[in-house]
Amino acid sequence: MADGGDEPEEAAELPEKEKLEIAKWFLTNAPAGEIHYVAKDIRSVLGDDKIYEMAATEAFPVYNKAHLIVLELPDRSGDVIITTYGELDEHNYFDPRTAQVATVDHVKQVCTNLRPATDEELPSPYIEEFRCALDAELCKYVGEAYPKGTCAVYCTRGKDVEGPGADFEFAVVISAARHSPQNFCNGSWRSIWKLEFKDELQVVEINGKMQVGAHYFEEGNVQLDANNECKDSTIMQSPEDCAVSVTSMIGHHESEYMASLEASYLNLPDTTFKDLRRKLPVTRTLFPWNNTLQFSLTRDISKELGIGK
Amino acid sequence: MEAAMDLMRRISPNQSEMALSALLSLLPHHSTDLLSQVDQPLQVCMDTESMKEFILCEYNRDADSYRSPWSNKYFPPLEDGPLPSDELRKLEIEANEVFAVYRDQYYEGGVSSVYIWENDSQGFVACFLIKKDGSKTGHGRRGHLQEGSWDAIHVIEVGPEEEGNAHYCLTSTVMLSLTTEEKPSGTFNLSGSIRRQMSSDLSVAEGHMCNMGKMIEEMEGKLRNSLDQVYFGKTREMVCTLRPPPEGIQFRLPES
Repeated sequence: MADGGDEPEEAAELPEKEKLEIAKWFLTNAPAGEIHYVAKDIRSVLGDDKIYEMAATEAFPVYNKAHLIVLELPDRSGDVIITTYGELDEHNYFDPRTAQVATVDHVKQVCTNLRPATDEELPSPYIEEFRCALDAELCKYVGEAYPKGTCAVYCTRGKDVEGPGADFEFAVVISAARHSPQNFCNGSWRSIWKLEFKDELQVVEINGKMQVGAHYFEEGNVQLDANNECKDSTIMQSPEDCAVSVTSMIGHHESEYMASLEASYLNLPDTTFKDLRRKLPVTRTLFPWNNTLQFSLTRDISKELGIGK
Repeated sequence: MEAAMDLMRRISPNQSEMALSALLSLLPHHSTDLLSQVDQPLQVCMDTESMKEFILCEYNRDADSYRSPWSNKYFPPLEDGPLPSDELRKLEIEANEVFAVYRDQYYEGGVSSVYIWENDSQGFVACFLIKKDGSKTGHGRRGHLQEGSWDAIHVIEVGPEEEGNAHYCLTSTVMLSLTTEEKPSGTFNLSGSIRRQMSSDLSVAEGHMCNMGKMIEEMEGKLRNSLDQVYFGKTREMVCTLRPPPEGIQFRLPES
């Protein structure tokens, strides 16, 4: 595939800085699960390992976070999602479920080290009760709905709140990817739900963003890119009741979105695609190539009458 | 070059223009190969003499000007831009006229252009181009598409006539992108690009236009079908593997 063609670039036609920007653009725009293939290609096209390494160092973290990639923890105790919500610094990501911090090699996409989270990194027991209850409910849901799904709940604001009387915020991240390069197909589902627990109003405001991508590339290149946003709210209750109602809301919106994707696909052949090219001509018979003389005549007439173009 | 072609297969077809220009600047000594192997979305230009739009491509370009198939003139004007021979120009005029009707019947709008030129093997090459804007603001009669474009490029090499037969070799590319945007379901974009070839030896009794037209019609039908059935179908299958449709799984609706 991308072997060979490793000729070094003759003289620097392009400033290094521009080469670097181009390499980063290709890497960050790689479809789900394909950054390593793109990396191999762009490395060979660049023919300059130094620029490639620089581009990779900058682009992989951006890609990994945007794609919410999931990495197995080194002790196999679970997975960590690479997301800004769990990012302590560029190489360290917090996994709230196991209360551990994983050190990540972005380019290799592996965890290299693991340590328990410090007390300052963990939320207060009051917050953790809400977070943990929601995480448990969510795991059940994600396990049922996504064959290869991973989820996590992060506290994004107010993690030190000790009890009722103050607001706090969570971010729910769901990531499911399927890579099947042998079938020329890759895809990913990503959703992020922001939850605002408003103490005074006793409500939980829910804002969701869902993003679905799929790439099929056997003798061609076809990609789906779909996304949607939605809003909802529920009353604030005990941690357990909140967990149940928030999870069922998320499940409801996600399955509704799934149904609308199905509807979009079903509408394709008859309505949407027709606006581009019909299956058959307006005459409903194949084009009369044997008898095209008639057209020059009818075209002249319609031009005179001002019909058509 | 192989790596460059693999990149073009991975980057979203919506970003192919950006990807191609990036590759051109990285690989200036491969620019001829890149430009001939990577198809780009088609551009149109106004023939201010015939007051008709025509499509730009490598085959009607000379320096920075493009020849219109309608007036046979270059835009912007060019002193001594190459023109097809009288005989081929006659065929070109016919092809443009007929192809415009074909285009109208299948596409209900859009722009088409046909360019014909001599090649080295005593035959000729014809390039049939169609560009359709199916968005609400374009020619999308049904108004389903927020954004929609279909670009078709058919290059057909016709060999010299031998005993009443000629060899035809067709290479076709279709590039498309469609976006629907609705309140409850968000933005839904599918984009794609596929290229196929087919050859056949046909009797020229019915004329070259008839043979070329039939091949193109058959090919467009096939390409449309595989995009619709196979390619879109595969992405849909992928979505369903990520999150299987909720058969048997019932979600509890919130009580409130």
